[in-house]
This record gives sequence, structure tokens and C-alpha cells, in this order.
Amino acid sequence: MKLTINGKDHEYAGEEDRPLLWYLREDLKMTGTKFGCGVAACGACTVLVDGQPTRACITPAATLEGKAITTIEGLDTPAGQAVQKAWTELDVVQCGWCQSGQMLAATALLTATPKPSEQQITDGMNSNICRCATYHRIRGAVARASEIMG
Amino acid sequence: MADTSTFSPSRRFVIAAIGIGAAGFAVGCDSRTATAAATGPTTLTSLGDYVRVGADNTITVYIRHIEFGQGVSTGLTTIVAEEIDADWSQMRFEHSPADNAKYGNPAFGGMMGTGGSTAIFSSWEQLRAAGASAREMLRQAAAKKFGVDASEVLLVKGKATAGDKSATYGELAADAGAITPPDPKTLTYKDASAYEFIGKERDPATGYGRLDSADKVHAKAQYALDYNPEGTLVALLQRSPKAGGKVASFDDTATKAIKGVTDVVQISNGVAVIASDFWAAKKGRDALKITWDDSAAETRSSDAIFADYRAQLAKAGHEARKEGQGAAALRGAGEVVTADFDFPFLAHAPMEPLNCVVEYKPGESATIHSGSQMPTGDQMAAAAVLGLQPAQVNIVTMLAGGSFGRRATPDADLVSEAAQIAKAVNGKAPVRLMWTREDDIRSGKYRPMAVHRMTARLNGGKLEAWGDRTAIQSIMEGTPFLPPGTVDTSSIEGGFDIAYAIPNIAVDVHLVKQPTSVLWWRSVGHTHTAYAKEHFFDVVAKKLGKDPVAYRRELLASHPRLLGVLNLAAEKAGWDTPLPAGKFRGVAVHHSFSSYVAEVAEVSVAADGTFHVDRVVCAVDCGIVINPDIVRSQMEGGIGYGLSSILGEAVTLKDGAPVQSNFFDYNVLRMNQMPKVEVYIVPSTEPPSGVGEPGVPPIGPAVANALLAATGKTYAKLPLGTKA
Repeated sequence: MKLTINGKDHEYAGEEDRPLLWYLREDLKMTGTKFGCGVAACGACTVLVDGQPTRACITPAATLEGKAITTIEGLDTPAGQAVQKAWTELDVVQCGWCQSGQMLAATALLTATPKPSEQQITDGMNSNICRCATYHRIRGAVARASEIMG
Repeated sequence: MADTSTFSPSRRFVIAAIGIGAAGFAVGCDSRTATAAATGPTTLTSLGDYVRVGADNTITVYIRHIEFGQGVSTGLTTIVAEEIDADWSQMRFEHSPADNAKYGNPAFGGMMGTGGSTAIFSSWEQLRAAGASAREMLRQAAAKKFGVDASEVLLVKGKATAGDKSATYGELAADAGAITPPDPKTLTYKDASAYEFIGKERDPATGYGRLDSADKVHAKAQYALDYNPEGTLVALLQRSPKAGGKVASFDDTATKAIKGVTDVVQISNGVAVIASDFWAAKKGRDALKITWDDSAAETRSSDAIFADYRAQLAKAGHEARKEGQGAAALRGAGEVVTADFDFPFLAHAPMEPLNCVVEYKPGESATIHSGSQMPTGDQMAAAAVLGLQPAQVNIVTMLAGGSFGRRATPDADLVSEAAQIAKAVNGKAPVRLMWTREDDIRSGKYRPMAVHRMTARLNGGKLEAWGDRTAIQSIMEGTPFLPPGTVDTSSIEGGFDIAYAIPNIAVDVHLVKQPTSVLWWRSVGHTHTAYAKEHFFDVVAKKLGKDPVAYRRELLASHPRLLGVLNLAAEKAGWDTPLPAGKFRGVAVHHSFSSYVAEVAEVSVAADGTFHVDRVVCAVDCGIVINPDIVRSQMEGGIGYGLSSILGEAVTLKDGAPVQSNFFDYNVLRMNQMPKVEVYIVPSTEPPSGVGEPGVPPIGPAVANALLAATGKTYAKLPLGTKA
């Protein structure tokens, strides 16, 4: 079957239950999407499926035929670009491992809600864990990305 | 009985002379070709062991500490950039190879390692010298090229000029590499007033900021788990559910039936399933049937362990501090206050679980890609397992997705396991050993459990005597960091060296032995000593009717740096201004890793008793500041990491096996729990000191003290949970 990842088609012939995360990382060598928990509890593996934040660690690749999959490597929407610019401007990252997932979650949030309130930022980002606790800067960077988007 | 003066050095205080001579500037020309992702191949010339200048005008600093988020890649590079007079856009970093002789950490007795918040303070003189030495080599090369005296050469922003002649560092690099490095004793350093980078704020307009930001934001950063050569096999190891358990027998029939599983091998501490990819390895491991021999395993539950610790506290332990009459003064006239503070096991839970890739050629070599916090230890361990000489083992240090202490293992657990597995399959392919999150939460190594029995005697409106007796499992016993026969006082660091002027002090410790595996966890002993000391201090202050800030000032009169941060935090938090109904403040101040931090927490308590930490004001004195924004980020992160542990984290044992397994029951901080944080830095001309850990210890007691102000209760059982 065909999987459409960042606008490009890939032929998937793997196991039916194999999560998208491992297809991305091991077969396609697209390692920007990270493994954190394997049980959809941390958000490190967040990708967008038809624009919705989705946990690649529990989503079988074989269920995604005909859907648009976006990873950090293909984050080229206006919201996605604004998020990456804001993240760099504010030096949000520490270890960086969770940040792909954080930026995908922020992109989905800002696409749906371009001018989020503080509470909406917290609600939109709360399922993404950062052990370095960069939450303080993530809040600021989401707000900054919203400004950049105009 | 030991006293503080004869106590074993804790790991960060094993300071050999910081010898710039030993750092070596004698390499001269060691031109080599490297491939840099951004710039393509270029010729790099070594100007000493730490600095390489490329023909493409880049300057790459070898960092001997691993970057796992704390900002060392930027901080260490900044020190060189300053002395070599670079333009920031030239600066790059690369992890140094495993080599104690060149890259040993003087704070680790010369062994390579990252930890104890030592990176900046142990590198400061060394890297200033490295930058200044390279600068003089470039100056000499320019003088020769321009045909002028070296004194006429000006070096500014990566360019040498003399009159109308000029050359970039890149153009001078090859010639500079042939210059004899100057005698370290002749090196001179910039005056602080001329600094271009040190102490300066991040500036998006000029690009001055973290060197690792852009790559991490654009998914170009390479971590060990991203290293994925063709044909890599993935191994998952089933370890004993109970610490100290051994494999009695196993049945791998179902495992071997799973498509993709290539091998099942038993190694020292479990059974490894090796497969073509992660998913096959996981399914294979899930299908394993193992019978465990628990004869030497931990089989108690956490409650029973706490009870056993408490039973020990009836007797005196190793004496760590005695002032005045010591323990004898805890009895007598007045009121005696006491409380037992219970601390659970904590998992580090770095976001990137442990993993490494071993490429083993039997009898020849091994290359190991790992987020290695002790590269030479890993190198020796792998060499021993594989029957190679250490020099035949190449450790490639990758970025790591957090550590918080977990990757600094004196027993090299990760690399030893991986090497055993690679050896078992005779190096037929690269092998990645991966820890899943369940492995991470369930298989140690933990911040030790501890009970602090705090006792105070109050008499005549004064604190007469202070007692702090702890039962805890030692981290350092049995490691090379603790000389045999000495008492591991790092277990109670921050407690025995309590700074308050109290006439009688008694601090002692019981170091218990049990099969669980424990390890330093961001700020180590201070994670619990600071909590017990600072929260109990407020319990005492309340009994005496004293204001927590005023009383601290009174008893810290001879500690100017502690007072400095206390006063700054209190002022910025508006300590003396009233708060709205339902809001409360708590303060804590603590010295760790040669730095001083005070934090004031503002906590709101709702009618149903739930509480939320709204705001934290932090003041830090860490000596000379290399990068203020990274200092702030480490305080912000340290506050979040510490808060996480006191609110919700615990690994509890049931019949010896950990109950928690993943982020749905090992409760780490999320954004909705993160307070607003303000960080203020005390200006200082003292040598730079640590920032990775010192932000952690004060947050727990600051929050507990705010809750004490709200309810009058003592918060002695951790984690606190959600209700005041």
C-alpha cells in the first residue's frame, strides 16, 4: 500500500501491526520523529495525520493509507515555519528529544487556533512531556509563533 | 568517628590541580579532513587538543563533556571563542574522543566524565588557555605572512589585520598549525570589560545563542538512537523484575517463531532478544518465558523498606558533623520537635531511553555510538567484555536526549550489556541495545530511598540543637569514586554542611545495603537533604514565631553568598507584600555544586484543598556567568525537574518489583503544573560554578514551606500529590 509522508508516496509492505514510528525511523531513516514511551503517554513521536496530532508509536502504519502524514522533516506550513522560527529565537531546546513532538503539537494548535489564550496553549500542549521542563519557554514560543504568523 | 574534615570527597570535589600543562598544546599540526554536514569537507588544523580551525573559516571546539541539554556545547565553546577573538558564526562544537590523557575531567580525578555540574568550572582555565594559545599561534602565522612583527597584528572577529593586510583565521589555519604553541605561562587573557561573548545575552538578531538550537529544531541533531547503519539488529533485554534476581531457566520457543527474530542469548543479567527491527524484538521479548531465581533478590515492598530504615534510626550512625554538644544537646530543657521525612526511589526517565550501537569486529575493534557520560569508563568496560585493548574500542559520543545522571554509570551498565550481546552474535551485524520506557522505569538505577529523622530542641525562644539522622543506600560504595574504607558522605551532602548558625548540631548517617541499584539523580544527595533541612527549618521557625526570611538572615549572617541570593529572591518576590486570599509563599536557600540558589514559591490552595504552584522567583549566584540565558534555562529546567519529583514521582516496590512502568503511572511534570519562573543572577567575579543541578534542591522545600504557611502542617512524605 501507499503511504503519503510529507507529500511523497512510499510503498509500505511491512507487518500489519507495526507502528508508523518504526517505519519512519528504521526503514525510511527519518529519525526526527522520536521514541519516548511506546504507549502514547508522552508525545515525543507526535506526527500530523490529516493535520491532527497523532501518536506514531501506537498507530499502525498500515492504517494510514490515503492520509496525509506530516513529520518534523516536512513541517513547511506557515504555522510550522513560524513555530520553528520561534523555537530557535527563544532557544527553547535543552536536550531536544521531545521537541519535534512539541513543535508538531504547537503547529496543530496554531493551525486550529491562531491566537491561543494561555489556557489554550496549556491545553493544546499538555500531553507532550518535556523532562528538561522547557515548558516555560514552550509557552513563550507558541505565543511568539502566533505573533510571527500575524 | 569521622568528622567533616576527614570525610571522603564527594565526586565533584575530587579536584586535581586544573593543569593547563596537562591539557596539552603540543600537538602542533594535525591536519585532517572531516565532513561537516553544513559545510561539506574541509581541511581542519588542530591548534592544541581543543581547537581546530578549518580552511572554511570554521572554528570547532572539542568538548570533553556530553551535551544532553544543559548547554555545555555552547558554554565551553564560548570560552574559546572569547579568547581566540572569533566571530560567533564561525563557532562549532564536537564531542571529543575517549581519551583520559587529553580530555580527562580534573574534577573526576582525571577520568573523562560529565556530572556534578563541573563542566564549566573544571574547563574555565583550561579552555581560556586553549583559546589564548590558538590565538597566539594565529597571530604568529599572520605576522609571518604579512612580514610584520607579531605585536602589529590585530585579531578581531576571526580576522587578522596589520595595516592594509588582512587574512581570515581559515586562511591562516594551516600555517598556524606549524607554529610551536606558546609556553602556557606566557599566555595573557582578555580583561572582562572587553568580553564580546562571556556574560552576554542571547541575541536572535546576531545569531548569538545556543549552538545546538537550530539542529534540534530542524531535526538534524544526531542522537545515539538516530545512528542507524544498514543492517542494524535491535536487541531488547529482559532483566529481572526484582533487583538481584537471576535467570534460572527460559523458554524461547514462542519468541523464535516471531518473524524477524534472529537470536535469543542469555547474558549476565538477563535474556536478550535480537531481531531485524524494534517491533519484532518487542514482540519476541513479550513472548519469552523466563523463570527467575530470586534467592538473592530484593523481595520487600517499599513500606517494609521504610520500616527497616526507621528501625536503624534508633541507633547512632556514622557521625558526619558535630557542633557544640552534638546529639547530647537534642535532649534537655524546652521543646523537642521531630519528624521523619520519607523519600521514595526516583527514576531519571530521560526522554531518550538508554541505547547504544555496537559494531564489533572480533579480535580487531569495536565502535560504539552512545550518549556516553563516562566515555573512558565505557571504553574500558567494552574492551574487557570483548577481549580487546581499550585503544581498539572507539567510543563515539552522540548527543543525548537528557540524562539527569542516568548515563553516568560507574559500572557502564548499558555498554557492558550491549557488548555482551554483540559478542554473543560474534559481531555479525551492528547491534543496537535499546531500553524501552518500561525498562527505564522498572530496571533502576534509582535515586535512593531515604529517611531523614529531623530533630530540633527549642528553648527560650531559640533553636538550641539540630539533629539530622539519615538511613539511605550509598551510591558511591563499590565504585572507583570512593576509596575503600571511607564513608560515602555524598549521600548526605547539603545536610551535614548545614550553614545555619546553631550552637549544637548532630548529623549522622546509616548506609544500608540492599540489592537495588541506585545512582546519582540530578543534584544527588541535595535532592533530599535540602528538602529535609529547609522544610524542617520552617517548621522550627513557625514554632518560634519567626518569619522564614528574617530568621534565615539571622542564622546566615556569616554566609554572604547565601544571604545574597536569599535577599535578592525575597526582594524580587515581594516577600514583605501581602498576597491575595488563598495564596501563600515559601522560601528555601541552598548551596550545592559550589553555587548558591534561593527560590520563593507562590502557591495557591483551592477550597477543595488542591494546590498549584503559580510562580517561582529564583536567585542564583554561580560566579562568573558565561551565558546568562543558559543559566536561566538551567534554573527554569531545574525548578521543573525538582517540582516534578516532589509533586508526583515515585517508584514503589511491591514484593521487590517496581509497581510503575511508564509515563501513565510514573507521574512527571506536565505544562499545566509548570509555574511561571523568574530568574535573577547575582553579579559575581568568583570563578564560574555549576548550574545544571543547583536549581533543583530549593524548589521542593520552597513549595512545602508555602503549604506549611497555608495549613500549618509538616509535609514529610514525598511525593506530595495534589492536595495541601
